[in-house]
Order: sequence, then C-alpha cells, then structure tokens
Amino acid sequence: MNIYYILQSLIDGLLIGGVYSLVAIGLTLIFGVMRIVNFAHGALMMLGMYTTYWAFNLLHIDPYLSILICVPVLFIIGAAFQKFLITPILDAPEHNQLLLTLGVSLFLENLAVFLWSPNYRVTRTSYEFAYLYIGDLSISLQRVLAFLTAMVVTGIVYFLLSKTDLGKAIRAASEEPRGALLMGINVRRIYWITFGIGAACAGVAGSATAPFFPVYPTVGGIFVITAFMVVVLGGMGSVLGAFAGGLIIGLADAVGGMIFPGAMKSIISFILFILILLFKPTGLFGSKN
Amino acid sequence: MNENKHAAGYLARGLGTKKWFVIILALALLHVLPWTIPSHIIHMMIMIFIFTIMGQGWNVLGGYVGQFSFGHALFFGIGAYTSTLLFLHLGLSPWFGIIIACMASIAVGLFVGLLSFRYGLSGPFFALIMLAFAEIFHITFITWKAVGGSLGLLIQSSGNAPLLMQFTDKIPFYYISLWFMAAALYVVWRFEKSRTGLYFMAVREDKDAAEALGINTFKSQMIAMAISAGMTAIGGTIYAQYLLYIDPDITFGAINSVEIMIRPIIGGPGTVLGPLLGSVVLTPLSEFTREVFQAYSGVYLMIYGIVLVAVIMFLPEGIIGFANRMFEKFRTR
Amino acid sequence: MSQTHLLNITNISKSFQGLKAISKVSLHIDPGEILGLIGPNGAGKTTLFNLVTGFLKPESGEIRFDGNMIMGLKSHQICKLGITRTFQIVKPFAHLSTLENVAVGSFNTTRNIKEVEEKSWNILGFVGLEPKALDPAHSLTLPGRKRLELARALATEPKLLLLDEVMAGLNPTEQHEITELVFKIRESGTTIFIIEHHMRVIMGLSDRIVVIQHGEVIADNSPKAVAEDPGVIEAYLGKGAVIA
Repeated sequence: MNIYYILQSLIDGLLIGGVYSLVAIGLTLIFGVMRIVNFAHGALMMLGMYTTYWAFNLLHIDPYLSILICVPVLFIIGAAFQKFLITPILDAPEHNQLLLTLGVSLFLENLAVFLWSPNYRVTRTSYEFAYLYIGDLSISLQRVLAFLTAMVVTGIVYFLLSKTDLGKAIRAASEEPRGALLMGINVRRIYWITFGIGAACAGVAGSATAPFFPVYPTVGGIFVITAFMVVVLGGMGSVLGAFAGGLIIGLADAVGGMIFPGAMKSIISFILFILILLFKPTGLFGSKN
Repeated sequence: MNENKHAAGYLARGLGTKKWFVIILALALLHVLPWTIPSHIIHMMIMIFIFTIMGQGWNVLGGYVGQFSFGHALFFGIGAYTSTLLFLHLGLSPWFGIIIACMASIAVGLFVGLLSFRYGLSGPFFALIMLAFAEIFHITFITWKAVGGSLGLLIQSSGNAPLLMQFTDKIPFYYISLWFMAAALYVVWRFEKSRTGLYFMAVREDKDAAEALGINTFKSQMIAMAISAGMTAIGGTIYAQYLLYIDPDITFGAINSVEIMIRPIIGGPGTVLGPLLGSVVLTPLSEFTREVFQAYSGVYLMIYGIVLVAVIMFLPEGIIGFANRMFEKFRTR
Repeated sequence: MSQTHLLNITNISKSFQGLKAISKVSLHIDPGEILGLIGPNGAGKTTLFNLVTGFLKPESGEIRFDGNMIMGLKSHQICKLGITRTFQIVKPFAHLSTLENVAVGSFNTTRNIKEVEEKSWNILGFVGLEPKALDPAHSLTLPGRKRLELARALATEPKLLLLDEVMAGLNPTEQHEITELVFKIRESGTTIFIIEHHMRVIMGLSDRIVVIQHGEVIADNSPKAVAEDPGVIEAYLGKGAVIA
C-alpha cells in the first residue's frame, strides 16, 4: 500500500464526495424548508441519470450538456410531486410523510425496471478514458468534471439562497412559515419551488455521474442512503453542512474501501451514520431540531 | 344508570360469546380448508400467515408505540439464519432453534433499542437507524463466507422429519404457520387493553404526557422492541424451514423490510387484525401481478408504491381504521 | 419548620444559552395548601414547573419533595413519588377514549385493571366527563380537554398537583366550574401548585401567592398583600400604576 495508492483513493473519494454533497444539498433543502424527509430523492437522481443516458444514446447529447435538459425536467417532476402528493399530507404525522416518499420511491424505481429493464446501462463518452496526470497520480477527467459540476451548482444554490429575493423568501418560509405568510410570501409556492430545486439538484448529480457510474433502476438507493448520512452529519437544513458532509463521507468511503474488501466498505459509513445519529443528531452545523 | 356501565368492563373487556363463536368457527374452517384447495393456494396462505406474524411483530413497535422501523428485515434475517445455522452446524432441531432465534433477535433488538431510545431517537431517525442496522447485517452476511456468503445456506431435505420441522407436504407448514399466527394475534389482543398496551399507546400519542403520568417511556419502548423482534424472528425461522434455502438478499434485503411493514400499514397500524388484513389484501395481489406481468418482476412493487401512497393520502389509519370511523359515523347518526 | 414543607425549592437556577430563565428561586408549599404562581409572560413560570417535574434539570439549587431530593430524577420517577403536572397546552392521548386516557393515569396507582376501571369511572364522574367516557379524546372540545387533563392527573393520585394555566381559553362559567373542582380536589387531600393568568381566579383560589418576574421571586405572600405590593404592580403595569 503505497502513498500514491492512498492519495489516489482519497482524491477519488473527495471527488465523488462532491457529488454526494450535491445530492445531499437537495435533500437538506427539502427538509430544511418543509421538514419532509424525502426518501424518493435517490429515485429522482436515478431519473436524472436515465434522462442523461437516453439523451446521449438517442440524441447524442453530451452528458454535461444534458444537464440543461435535466434541470427543467427534474424541477417539474419535483414541483409536481410536492404540489399534488405532499401538500395534502404536510400536517400528517412524520412517519406518514416518510412512508409516502417511500411509496413514490418504490413506484419510480420499479417503473424504471418496467420501462428500461433492470440491466445496467453505461454511458460511454469519447473522453471516458481521459485522465489528468499529476506526478504519479492519474485522475479521471470525468470525475473531475462531476466534482466541478457539483461545485458550480452548489455555488449557484448558495448564491440563490443568500443573495436573491427568492432565496430570502425560502429562508423565511423555512424558519417561520406563519410569519412568512403574514409578510405576503406565498408559502405554498415556495414549497413546490424548493422541492423543484431540490429535485433538480438530484437530477444534476445524476447527469454528472452517469458518465462513470452504471445506470440502473435502484442506483438511487445507494445515493439516498449516503445523502441521508451526509445530511445528518452536516445538520438537517444546513446547505453548508451538506457540502462539508458530502466531502467527509466521500473520504470516509475511500478509507473504507482501502481497509475492507468489496461490499464491506460501506460498513464504515453506516457505523459513522449510527454514531452521528446517536451522539450528535443535530449534525456538525445543525442548529435547532 | 352508572352501575350498569361500571359492570360492563369497557377496559378489561372480553370478546363476548358471539365473537368467540365466530373466531372458533373461522379457525375450524381454516383447519379444514387446506384439504380442499390446490397446492399453490396453500402456498399463498402459508405466505400470508408468515408475513402476518412478522407484520404483527412490526405492528407492536410501529403501530402501538409509534416507532416506525424501516429495517425489520433485520429480525427476519436473524430468525432465519440463527435456526438454520444451529441446525446445520449443531444438528439442533429448529423446534429448539426457533426459541434461540427468538432470543438472539430480542438481544439485537434490545441493543438497537438501547442505542435509539436512550437518546430519544424517534420518527425518521429511528426508521433510518433500523434501516442502517439491517443493511449492516445484509452486507456482513453477503461478505462472510462462514455463514454462506452471497450463496446463502441450503438445508438438505431429510424427507419427512417432523422433529426437524421438515415435511414433504405443504399442509403441516400451513398448520404450523396458522397456529403461530393465531398465537401472535392472541398475544397482541391480550396486551392491547392491558396496562402494557395502554402505556404503549400513551407513549405513541404523547411522550411527555406519558412521562408526566408515571410511565417509564424508555422501558415501554424496550418491551415493545423485544416483543417485536422476537415475533418477527419466529416468522423468519418458519420461512427458512418452509423454503429450506435462505440467502442474505431474501432475508436481510431492504425489500423485505418493506414487505413486512406494508401489511400492517395498509391493514391498520395499531390494530390486532391490521397485519392479517393487509396480508390478505397484498399477498394475493403481489402473487397475481407476478403471474400476469411475468417478464417484469418489478410491477408488483410499483403497485405496492401506488397502494402505499394511496393509503397514506386517503386512508392513513389503514383499512380497519377507516372502517371503524365509518362505523362511528353510523353509530352517532 | 422546613421538615413540614411538602415541597421545598431552594435557590434553583436555570439558564438557556446564557440567558438566566430562573435565578435563585426559593419557595415552599405546605400540605393542603393552594399556592398560586403568577408573573408577566415569559417570567419563567412554566420553566419552574418543568424543573420541579424533571422535564428540565436545574443547574444549581435543591428541590426537596416529601423528604426526597428530586433534582435530576426522571419525570416518571417524580410522578411515582407523588407530583403530577398538567400541561399549559393540553396533551390528550388523542386516539384513546376519554376513559382510556384516565385509565393510563390510574395505572400509576395499581396494576389491577378492574380497580383501574372503577377508579377511572369515579374520576370521570368527579370532573363531569362521564357522558364522553367512550368517545375518542380528539373529539372533546377545549373545556372537555381541560377537564380530561385534570382527570388524568388526578387519576395518578398525586400528593402535589401542578396545574399549568388550566383556565386558559375557558369562558367565565367554565372557569367557575373548574375553580369549584380545584377546591374539591384540595378538600380530598391533594396539595395544589397553580400557575394562572386570570387574576380574579387565582386571587380567589390561592391561600398564598408567589410572584415571579425575569426568573426571580419578587413577592411571596397572601393574595391581598400581593395585590397591594408596589413591586408586583410595577411588574405588571409599569412604574407609577396603581391597582384600584
């Protein structure tokens, strides 16, 4: 086990961590604003991956360009999901909301199995074997692009939330819905917009990973669990926390991969997850509950 | 006027002779049934009974105490693997193995419960922690060759061996699963209106109020977890003996957690018959869809998804809860 | 003298994120008393109840009940020792029937279900909720829920009953009925510690009143003396005001 192998693993972990961050940001936005734990988030990412796959194979659109398709498509799906399915149960007990999103997730995943078969699909771009060479390290170009995409989108979301009027409205609605209503903010509208943004984030994450990750109906499952870990680690509702958390979990995964063979590598993350839930459920950057 | 009400026993209620008669009749019919129906229907009924047992286990923790677990496959797997491993390595009859499996499951459950409830985890966090634990076991059993790894464990058939819980015919399994199911239903019915059951529901309805009234909410949750884990594990052992083959996916897999919990949720969480009703509705539905859409294995799960969403939106208290409310409306007319 | 106090709070303090919510509060209640607790909004009244009943832990000071030190004990243990509280915003067990709600409280005293049933019916009669016994708690109106909250607490057979704004949201007739109930409860041997905003009500109910402002005790006297206390008047109405 030489230093280059370790560095390589850590860098790969960091890069994929960027993608985890992006997925988690969508999840944490939705939770922060609406207190909804969106189990279907992974399925949304999966839809983004398939959108990219089909755009590439049928229309020869480069995956990174198909982000432009993914964003509106996933936004609309997310907004519709919120408006028609979630709004009626906003006041229902928490576990019902969880079950509803689980139901949607089941439906979407198996719809994908029905439409596109459970077979793994791969998006083979012309530059899939392009590497950046730094000394003895070889870093996959696609992973770097995925990381950069994640950073750009994270930046956009952060800018949106902190500098725009919409962002202010979203933050108001999340902190004090009744107060926001009194200030003339259409809280209902904010909810589906936020959900749409969250879904779009998942979709972009899907697009960015499709080039180097196999695409199959239940791929979202891994990502949604990881995203939950990131969100809990970073603090529910904290965008900054989701960002940092994603990178940390990416690194943890890399470490796990170095120590344990095969499927066991996720065990580190799971144990970390359980420990955080027990000892610091508000996360590293979380505030109230 | 008051004296009449006091005597009626609204809390410590019995079922009354009429209801007992119906139950005895139903049981009698169920005993006769397997001799009159084709083999694949017997199989379906065995599945209904087994999943009712496991669903009822989930129900104790989820429906009555309000702690929804998304990882009950954990106990299913522990049950199945414990009895199977004890049989394969020590030759221990599953009739004893089932007891050990139950205890092992309770031990793990209490461990998870200790971690979760001591720190006051609830709601989505508890659901996810259970999922995480189930996945940890799932991954571990896939990787660990000594317990069969991803290939699973095969129990060599010894033909008809009642002492080893093996039968060449389905009908004995029908009776075994029927009796265990009846026992599970009875256990829940007994504690439902007892101090234990009322305490469970108080914890579900309002933890603070429960504590203020002298209820040790941690203890209540732990008791519920123990019953829940044990009951589900029993289903796991019966399942393993019936199929004579288990692997990490069909026991610890996340889908099984869904299968276990969806039945009481649809049927009516927090009711005695909810898991049975849910099983009766969903098991044939999934068998039927699997028949019709043979090429597409996922369709029945799509339907689960739709049913789950529909029930949450329109019948959040499950079928029984909805029926009860309708009865209330007619009663107060 | 302090051996006869049922509840003895000595120098209790509690802060939240640097802000002192309760600051060196001391008070006592004797058996059979009705002690009123008043103070402007945010003064710390419910916080004090939370500290006594184990929902919050005091940073310093002592709470002695019936000879036992109860700081740091869990709420259910404190209930078992003999203190039961009601909540300002009522917390019925919504999906259980009224009778079952009371039964939950009653199980604190015995495990025998027949006994519990009988006691529960009696308490329902005492508070006037018998006609609603079999209805689910969520179907009760606010006055009904207040009675239920009271009934449930009574069912635990407490030595000391803590009532947190049990009158809020009730009209004068309903308030009068609850006031009568509180007197009946005291007559049956329970000591009462009551937080209330409605001045007329609490002045009429209490043997003695403690006034809290900004987490500190500013008066501890008979209702008449408290009503004339300039410090209390200032706390409620500002400097220079006078109660007619």
